[in-house]
Amino acid sequence: MLKLKNVQTFYGNIQALKDVTIEISEGEIITLIGANGAGKTTTLMAVCGIVPPRSGEISFMGEPITGMEPDKIVSLGICQVPEGRRIFPYLSVAENLDMGAFLRNDRAEIKKDMEYVFDLFPILAERRHQAGGTLSGGEQQMLAISRALMARPRLLLLDEPSLGLAPLIVKQIFEILIKINAENNTTIFLVEQNANLALKVAARGYVMENGRITLTDLSENLLANEEVKKAYLGF
Amino acid sequence: MIKFNEIKRAFLVSIWFMFLTFPIMVIRVNPVERIVEWRWKNMILVGIGSFLLSFVWNYLMKRKELGVKKTEAGEETGTIPLAQRILGEKRIYIPGLVAIGVFTMVFPLIFSMYQTTIMTTALIYVMLGLGLNIVVGLAGLLDLGYVAFYAVGAYAYALLNYHFGLGFWMALPIGGVLGAIFGILLGFPVLRLRGDYLAIVTLGFGEIIRIILENWNEFSFGPSGIANIPRPSLFGIDLSVHSSIIYIYYIMIALCLFTVFVVNRLQDSRIGRAWIALREDEVACEAMGIDKAKTKLTAFSLGATWASMAGVMFAAKTTFVNPASFTIWESIMILCIVVLGGMGSIIGVIAGALVLILTPEYLRAFSEYRMLAFGTMLVVMMIFRPGGFIPNVRRVYKFEGVKSADKS
Ligand SMILES: Nc1ncnc2c1ncn2[C@@H]1O[C@H](COP(=O)(O)OP(=O)(O)OP(=O)(O)O)[C@@H](O)[C@H]1O
Ligand SMILES: [Mg+2]
Repeated sequence: MLKLKNVQTFYGNIQALKDVTIEISEGEIITLIGANGAGKTTTLMAVCGIVPPRSGEISFMGEPITGMEPDKIVSLGICQVPEGRRIFPYLSVAENLDMGAFLRNDRAEIKKDMEYVFDLFPILAERRHQAGGTLSGGEQQMLAISRALMARPRLLLLDEPSLGLAPLIVKQIFEILIKINAENNTTIFLVEQNANLALKVAARGYVMENGRITLTDLSENLLANEEVKKAYLGF
Repeated sequence: MIKFNEIKRAFLVSIWFMFLTFPIMVIRVNPVERIVEWRWKNMILVGIGSFLLSFVWNYLMKRKELGVKKTEAGEETGTIPLAQRILGEKRIYIPGLVAIGVFTMVFPLIFSMYQTTIMTTALIYVMLGLGLNIVVGLAGLLDLGYVAFYAVGAYAYALLNYHFGLGFWMALPIGGVLGAIFGILLGFPVLRLRGDYLAIVTLGFGEIIRIILENWNEFSFGPSGIANIPRPSLFGIDLSVHSSIIYIYYIMIALCLFTVFVVNRLQDSRIGRAWIALREDEVACEAMGIDKAKTKLTAFSLGATWASMAGVMFAAKTTFVNPASFTIWESIMILCIVVLGGMGSIIGVIAGALVLILTPEYLRAFSEYRMLAFGTMLVVMMIFRPGGFIPNVRRVYKFEGVKSADKS
């Protein structure tokens, strides 16, 4: 479904991604793990077209999307939950959700999807008229995920959804991710620091170091891998 | 209860002020009689004045701090400003609106021509303020060259009339469209800029337009400008000066109502929310598929459309345009209207325009101190009411039909 082939990305002179090759097929949950500054966020930004690659190819559903404008890429069905949530603090919860559906005009369907995310996260329904900035961190993360779902993505990119959340909330959010994947066949590309949890949810994983993919395998193999254990799992 | 400390503080402030103003307020050298006058009376006045002012200032500051503390403690406070509460109260709101409506309708009939002219000027600024409010208040793009679009409209009418004999009613929509085009043209190069950079570049653009108008004699007749621009006609009939002033007043009222209507609709529309979202977080907007360039350009060109129509109106009202009317001060004035009135708030901007344009007119006697008063007001406002006269309380978009929280 999504293919990155030898993608190289630069911030000025600094090379953030070196020859990154990733492949995801439809309906999968895969994860990308790596230390701080490895280039995980940059990878997602490259897929979204916000930080376009200097060389290499990215294709989605067999079509090349390298260098496409971000709004075109979203309209193809790729939506990102950015790192640090980045909800709109002065817009209400409902308005934040509506911004997620910015490219859609089918009002009835938008309403239906809003009900759907309110079912996933009932707390958001309670807070729907509250300004996004006044939500707690966990609620903001739920809002960020819901907002992305409002675009009806076929591929959902998540950047560290567990950042700064209590373990219980993280567990709840991951359960819902699995549910979304199962119910809508939404492909999920999960970037995580919390490698232990991410590898339990995902079928396969990629390990990134200094902008390079150093390892890729099935999750259970990665969980058993000595190097990965030492570097990312903390034992 | 006045504490000794406060008196001491105010006293010190007054001593300090007496010392500071000593050279200009007390000593006067009279070169004719070759003597030095010592005006001790002035010193005493300064002393008393600053003593009292410092007192008032301290009192207000203390009240402000108390207010902050109260809110922090989570006590019930009137955090909703008075104006908003009045607006929320239907019983006061509707008769008030009717009264204001009647007053504006009969205004030119009860007051003199002079008053009507001033009011029309104020209304032009209402329109300019509301237009700039789209760009600055909603989209958060600090545009210091807004006056350029005002000039585009004024010159559009002046030149179209001079060369092709076009009337006001033809020029108004053409001016609006030209404004939109110019908004896009000037908007393109500055799309990637934000905040202070954007402000500086737009400021430059504003000045460029004025300098072009000043120097391109063949096109714009240079600094001498264009005179004898016709006032609007009523169904082809040319009116006397007197009645056309009244006529222009009513046109302005209609245009302002139209502006309020459109801006109000925009605020509650998806594009309006996209502007707010873009102001808050560009990356998140991109991730949601909001086209940054298109959204910003829409804001720019819509803002420019209103400025340009106000420009056409201005040309029709004064019957004369020259580049001196479109200096940077004009841009700053309009920005002050938006900021002082309350960014993003329609009523605030209207109030801001009326206060800032009308007050100087009625305080002609103090015109020497105008800038001083203006500066003081800005500083005081920003300390005590940082949100503007009537801050914006955003109305929240409700999605009817989505089942309510208590049912789920
Ligand atoms: N806007 C930018 N300008 C310059 N360098 C950047 C920029 N964004 C990221 N980088 C650099 O690119 C590299 C990869 O950053 P990236 O944000 O992709 O890391 P990450 O894997 O997401 O890290 P983390 O887990 O801390 O979020 C880092 O060295 C970072 O300093
Ligand atoms: Mg990151």
